[in-house]
Amino acid sequence: MRDVAVIGIGMMKWGELWEKSLRTIFVEAALKAIDDAGVDHIDSMYVGCMSSGLFVGQEHLGALLADYLGVAPIPAVRVESACASGGAAFRQGFIEVASGMSEIVLVGGVEKMTDVTGGGATFALSTAADQEYEVYNGVTFPGLYAMMARAHMERYGTTRKQIAQVAVKNHENGCKNPHAQYQMKVTVDQVINSVMVADPLTILDCSPITDGAAAVVLCPLELAKKIAKKPIVKVAGSAAATDSIAIHQRKDITHLAAAEQAAKMAYKMANVGPSDIDLAEVHDCFTIAEICAIEALGFVERGKGGAATEAGETALGGRIPINTSGGLKSKGHPVGATGVAQICEIVTQLRNDAGERQVKGAKRGLAQNMGGTCASCTVHILEVV
Amino acid sequence: MSTSARYWREIPQRYRLEAGQCEKCGAIWFPPRLVCKQCGNRSFKTIRLPEEGVVKTFTVIRVPPTDFADQTPYAIGVVELSNGVAVQCQIGDCSPDELKTGMPVRIEFRKVKEEGEAGIICYGYKAVPQR
Repeated sequence: MRDVAVIGIGMMKWGELWEKSLRTIFVEAALKAIDDAGVDHIDSMYVGCMSSGLFVGQEHLGALLADYLGVAPIPAVRVESACASGGAAFRQGFIEVASGMSEIVLVGGVEKMTDVTGGGATFALSTAADQEYEVYNGVTFPGLYAMMARAHMERYGTTRKQIAQVAVKNHENGCKNPHAQYQMKVTVDQVINSVMVADPLTILDCSPITDGAAAVVLCPLELAKKIAKKPIVKVAGSAAATDSIAIHQRKDITHLAAAEQAAKMAYKMANVGPSDIDLAEVHDCFTIAEICAIEALGFVERGKGGAATEAGETALGGRIPINTSGGLKSKGHPVGATGVAQICEIVTQLRNDAGERQVKGAKRGLAQNMGGTCASCTVHILEVV
Repeated sequence: MSTSARYWREIPQRYRLEAGQCEKCGAIWFPPRLVCKQCGNRSFKTIRLPEEGVVKTFTVIRVPPTDFADQTPYAIGVVELSNGVAVQCQIGDCSPDELKTGMPVRIEFRKVKEEGEAGIICYGYKAVPQR
């Protein structure tokens, strides 16, 4: 296996992009990544997308998007792992370059979510849970994470304010990211007192419905050294893991076992531990998810995620800045694009290009992307060369 | 909307709480599986789950899926049955402020939802407080 580098990243502003179609937002991000890399061709393409079939009635994205990007007849395929589709697509691109099968691979992620009504979006997202034994009974994704939140609060004494602080922090970071959907600050009181979605989680505990895409270009590290015009970022670790899709079938509902497992393998591959990571993008689809994720990744002790967030350990300037991009919470969560956008943020930070939200001296970052209630999870560790 | 086969093939689980018990290690799986997750064995006997359990965690759904709009708000919880198997279902016959983790409940056969105006009327299990 050979070393792999990320040599190009591309993202546009995310939001409710009424005037743009799925193919347009994808191609815009992909072109930005290709231009950023400065390459004149790509050899292969992966597209992370959760549910274009339910959101816009379009499957077969590999062919469609290769055609519209003007790169056909290269091989192109869609990768699906619910909200971890982007991370899973990135991992496939990494494997393809590392194996020697291809030289330059583009990995994009995309989701066009606002072409359906709220009910349509709720249904499409719910397909990431167990349709017959969770969704059949009327649960929603906020409902599943709400049950995890209650269990975490009752077991570890995590407070409602600590959970809300995740949203406060991520919106603060998002205000410094020009691509973020919701560049507005929120307070703990606003989060707690906003409309209840599934007790104890309110609308401001939930990531939004978003249209968006992101893309990266991968190539062998040796080639990157010859052609890269920007600091070279190497993929030091790549791992994925799975868990029971239904939360009630897990031993511990507060613990993201797949995230812990993927992190363990990624740390081993990169030959580092949690204390060697300078910043991380984690999958905060709901505020409680970030608390569970930073525990599973080993940044804080099990049960201490809420307290660490409240103490500012995960804020910009803290011990381990989490979601400097604004996270899914503020930047937006076009599900299939999220995992790829996390890589874009880590690369931006490692290139020292993050402006106001720059983590000083960042050399190594981690991206954790999860599907559903973490029934699937990818973890990637990136290092500046 | 799905065809009726998708509905009736789950009836043994939803109406009668049928689970599979591994003939090698004794682990119980609901719904039944073809491979035991604990020991890898592939032979099972059909058993019925007990109807008594306790609430391990819960939420109250305020923004529902379309099929559940007329029931909102409603409670959903993870219920651990007396043999240790957990199920996820609605908690009925009580108001949201009565709900508590650890409360004893009983699984009952109930109507779950209707698939729109012309679809199937869906039945299954719900938990109700044991008073």
